Amino acid sequence: MTTSQPVPTAGRMRAGYLRFEVLRILRNRWFLVFSIAFPVGLYFLIAGPNRDVDNFLGSGLSAPLYYMVGIAAFATMSAMLSTGTRIAIERDDGWNRLLRITPLSPGTYLVAKIATAYLMVLISIALLYASGILLGVRLPAAEWLWMTALMLIGLIPFAALGVFLGHLLKSDAVGAAVGILTGVLAFLGGTWFPLGDGVLYQIGRLLPSYWLVQASHVALGGNGWSAFGWAVVGFWSVLFGVLAARAFLRDTRRT
Amino acid sequence: MRGVDISIAIGETVALLGPNGAGKTTTIDMLLGLSRPDRGEVSLFGGRPEDAVRSGGVGAMLQTGGLIKDLTVREAVGMMASLYPHPMPVDEVLEVAGLQEVAGQRTQKLSGGQTQRARFAVAMAGDPRLLVLDEPTVGLDVEARRAFWLTIRRFTARGKTILFATHYLDEADANADRVILLSKGRVVAEGPPTEIKARVSYRTIRTTLPGVPEAHLAQLPGVTGAQRHGEMVTLTCRDSDSAIRELLRSHPQARDIEITGAGLEEAFVQLTGAGDGAGDPSEADGLREDRLEAA
Repeated sequence: MTTSQPVPTAGRMRAGYLRFEVLRILRNRWFLVFSIAFPVGLYFLIAGPNRDVDNFLGSGLSAPLYYMVGIAAFATMSAMLSTGTRIAIERDDGWNRLLRITPLSPGTYLVAKIATAYLMVLISIALLYASGILLGVRLPAAEWLWMTALMLIGLIPFAALGVFLGHLLKSDAVGAAVGILTGVLAFLGGTWFPLGDGVLYQIGRLLPSYWLVQASHVALGGNGWSAFGWAVVGFWSVLFGVLAARAFLRDTRRT
Repeated sequence: MRGVDISIAIGETVALLGPNGAGKTTTIDMLLGLSRPDRGEVSLFGGRPEDAVRSGGVGAMLQTGGLIKDLTVREAVGMMASLYPHPMPVDEVLEVAGLQEVAGQRTQKLSGGQTQRARFAVAMAGDPRLLVLDEPTVGLDVEARRAFWLTIRRFTARGKTILFATHYLDEADANADRVILLSKGRVVAEGPPTEIKARVSYRTIRTTLPGVPEAHLAQLPGVTGAQRHGEMVTLTCRDSDSAIRELLRSHPQARDIEITGAGLEEAFVQLTGAGDGAGDPSEADGLREDRLEAA
């Protein structure tokens, strides 16, 4: 098309808002250090010395692969939950209130926040994959893709949980909640070591973080997640989705 | 809010004047659709505030926030402009707001006056028909306030409607076509500043006058109240001219006499006092409606 058409306002608005959201997060140096650089450093520190372990603690996966996905799970759930911190800070700053008297719809605001978090997630995953390849991880293209897809799906409950916390709590409380939740969920999800088949496993398999880590099982053949896994991820997605929607609507409703 | 009935015409600059807690912010929130009145109606450009907001008709500078972090001034203005259907060119906004020199600076690194001007720039970036400013100059020194109002006048010159809340009487006086005086959720006076000022005729006489009882002084013509602090007496006067004549006639020993105009606080005492005296029956049964209307 050579004729210039007027850009639809809603689309231009979304694009404009998203562009500045991304710009802001890329300017936030400490956020980048902690959510992107730190996990990569951690990965080399933990998986590096174990790069030749082929069957890591009976998981059937090599240590570099296990930790690549384990740490990616940790980094990405933390990036997702940090949406909550960013929403809470903007609420505290009064920025959300100001946005409510602009044509930007609250829904677009939310979509932009989640889209930005997913962008950070993709950067983080890509860097960890590159690091994994450096430590000898080799997978067929289809398995890389399916593993990534499972992680992106497995992050839905965390996206919703982040939004829920962001609209429920003040920014300082969200920061603490996100820190504790990430630590506990990563541990019980098997980020640091496979859970075996004891009590930890019985608890862990009920959590969405466990299935995030289990995305690496794509490499064992099959689909990575069992039907039970899909059900767990679905359950938490719906639960946190409903909680997030309620908190979001209560927060933005005109009283 | 108790029975506020306000209408604002297109192109007007209106001041909402009142002490803290008078209901200025509540009024603004209702007008912007951020909250709803319990009873009554709010209309903006002839429709619901939500619709006016959605069509990009409103820009605002609220009391807190509004200046997003991690962006330069130019980007913050650009971000806001991108949300509106017919924004002002960013360069023009920066020029009107006098922010060209700091356009490349991060918003969190501005001085107090620059911050307020940047918040104003963000509010006008979308070129809204109505601009609402909630205490825009609070915390600024006299010089910065003056500069800020010069900026606002450059924007009103474009035929915009402005509603601003303030507790500075002089600010309302110098900048508003019309003043709405709020107190305890009610409109106690409304009109051009000159008219309002004429109604605020309270003056205070201070004098050193030992030995005369307060009750006696309170009886002087034009005096509405008397208070003693040691040898000092403070007389609150509705008609200070009559009061001072009578005071000097009956108590020629009075010395160190000082007559001052009323502060805003005293003006409110007078204006709200007059309202209570009238004894509005509809207020007593709590059935008053709020009606806000802009343009």
